[in-house]
Amino acid sequence: MLDQAEGYTTADGRKIGGVVMEMKNITLRFGGVVAIKDISFDIREGEIRAIIGPNGAGKSSMLNVISGFYTPSEGEVWFHGAKRPQMRPFEVARQGIARTFQNIALFEGMSVLDNVMTGRLTHMKTGVFSQALWKGRAEKEETENREVAEKVIDFLEIQHIRKTPVSRLPYGLKKRVELARALAAQPRLLLLDEPMAGMNVEEKEDMSRFILDVNDEFGTTIALIEHDMGVVMDLSDRVVVMDYGKKIGDGPPDEVRNNQDVIDAYLGVAHD
Amino acid sequence: MFYREAGDFKTSYQQDNQTFPIRFDRYRYYVVLAVAFGVVPFLINDYWANAILVPFLIYAIAAIGLNILTGYCGQVSLGTGGFMAVGAYACYKLMTAFPEVSMFIHVILAGGITALVGVLFGLPSLRIKGFYLAVATLAAQFFLVWIFNRVPWFYNYSASGQISAPEREVFGILVTGPNAPSWAIYLFCLIFVTFAGILARNLTRGTVGRTWMAIRDMDIAAEIIGVNPLTAKLSAFAVSSFFVGISGALFFSVYLGAVEVGEAFGIQKSFLVLFMVIIGGLGSIFGSFAGAAFLVVLPVVLKVVGVDLMGWATDIVAHFQLVIVGALIIIFLILEPHGLAQLWRVAKEKLRLWPFPY
Repeated sequence: MLDQAEGYTTADGRKIGGVVMEMKNITLRFGGVVAIKDISFDIREGEIRAIIGPNGAGKSSMLNVISGFYTPSEGEVWFHGAKRPQMRPFEVARQGIARTFQNIALFEGMSVLDNVMTGRLTHMKTGVFSQALWKGRAEKEETENREVAEKVIDFLEIQHIRKTPVSRLPYGLKKRVELARALAAQPRLLLLDEPMAGMNVEEKEDMSRFILDVNDEFGTTIALIEHDMGVVMDLSDRVVVMDYGKKIGDGPPDEVRNNQDVIDAYLGVAHD
Repeated sequence: MFYREAGDFKTSYQQDNQTFPIRFDRYRYYVVLAVAFGVVPFLINDYWANAILVPFLIYAIAAIGLNILTGYCGQVSLGTGGFMAVGAYACYKLMTAFPEVSMFIHVILAGGITALVGVLFGLPSLRIKGFYLAVATLAAQFFLVWIFNRVPWFYNYSASGQISAPEREVFGILVTGPNAPSWAIYLFCLIFVTFAGILARNLTRGTVGRTWMAIRDMDIAAEIIGVNPLTAKLSAFAVSSFFVGISGALFFSVYLGAVEVGEAFGIQKSFLVLFMVIIGGLGSIFGSFAGAAFLVVLPVVLKVVGVDLMGWATDIVAHFQLVIVGALIIIFLILEPHGLAQLWRVAKEKLRLWPFPY
């Protein structure tokens, strides 16, 4: 079913393309602590890839490696067929990788619109001088990018709070604004760190719908970490399972669900 | 009633991005400009110019500069006085070296030189934040004042160690020196304030402003989103120092005329501008004006009330003034940390619905 070059077709008939990002033998150490141990997996064009595992398994560390926040102690990160040199996070962002955070990391002092527009930053080129003059290039660029930002705002149904300062919003909406900010960058790879954490069922359903819609309409490749197993199994095309920094499973949800190692990791195993 | 946005529709994003999206605000802005340029110069006298208007305009520029750095980019600076001194000395050196060049060019160049110095002293901000950065800028303050005292080249080897502004003209009208007419000084400063306000507003509403605010609100998230912290912080230092340098140049050349650096640009100056920004409102251009007006007018009002109306001794009033300013700053920090600008915003929100709040 999985062809290395061609990709594969999912159960619901979506075509998944070639490899976007490949992690090769990633190891991450903090002093003596090994957070990630020799993990390899790939993320393919247009798929929703989930990383799951019990607490402390190293999922967030893995996401931080992908987004350039941590540099792996060993191993290579390949993005769009090229080995990624050591990079600062903002350079990774400029390559087209956007992410959200487990604990919301919005700019609290700014309005929703400004937050989303900040997501467009990697597409804006005018310098300080033309910005200071405003008329002409800066205004044109602002308007063009505003149109993209407004499309995202429209898509995520947050038009009514466009001009509201983020600090006044409830938790669920903040999560959505953060997704909007990441989406506004029109990323080639979108990383979601526990997009459903702390939400009630209704909000979870909304968020799931948005994630599926984003993937469907924009064809965005998505990698996500999530604890809610029901959500993960329903949303994702392929799942990586981690435990104690090691990869213990990788494959479509059904396959992973029946993997004995995964079951042991989640339910515990009798030591006799 | 007076302040309505109902019926004020926008049909393009340009219109929505205006500085004053509400029609009433826009007209009020035009009226203020018209009065400031068209009426005040005819009414102004020496007392009004020297006691209130000119210092207000000059401090407003300094406050805009510091507000960009501290209010928008979140980098606390206690070096404002030092940077004003850089502007003043740069202006002095330019004025004496090129007497025939217009004062406009000198002041702008002085701002540019201060911007370069500001970037240099902004470099520590890439490593340190908060209190530690404040201490680093404090070092800049003392170092700059020290160097202007110690290196005679800066004050052209004058015996007193002071610098004094020679008479210079703009379009044939004297703007510096003791014989400059007050309306000319006022207009000269007003032009700089107007442009400083417009440029600062343009910068803060666009991409540059958003990168600054992103760094202020959460620098880690900003970097993940694609903000280069190096360029964001250093551009804030550059733009901020540019405005502060212009205000220092004006403070020396058109307002004081003669300057002893430790006295005019000491640490008190840094704190004064910082208080203006805090009282006016961090992260607001309007707040910079409000804060500057407040701290310039307050001593004058206290003096008029205390000395002229109540008949108290001048020194008692002067001491009371310190107490009152100190108390006001504490009260502001507790009751309205966002300053006068926030009070104004709340008043506007109330006015939108007045007289039918429900």
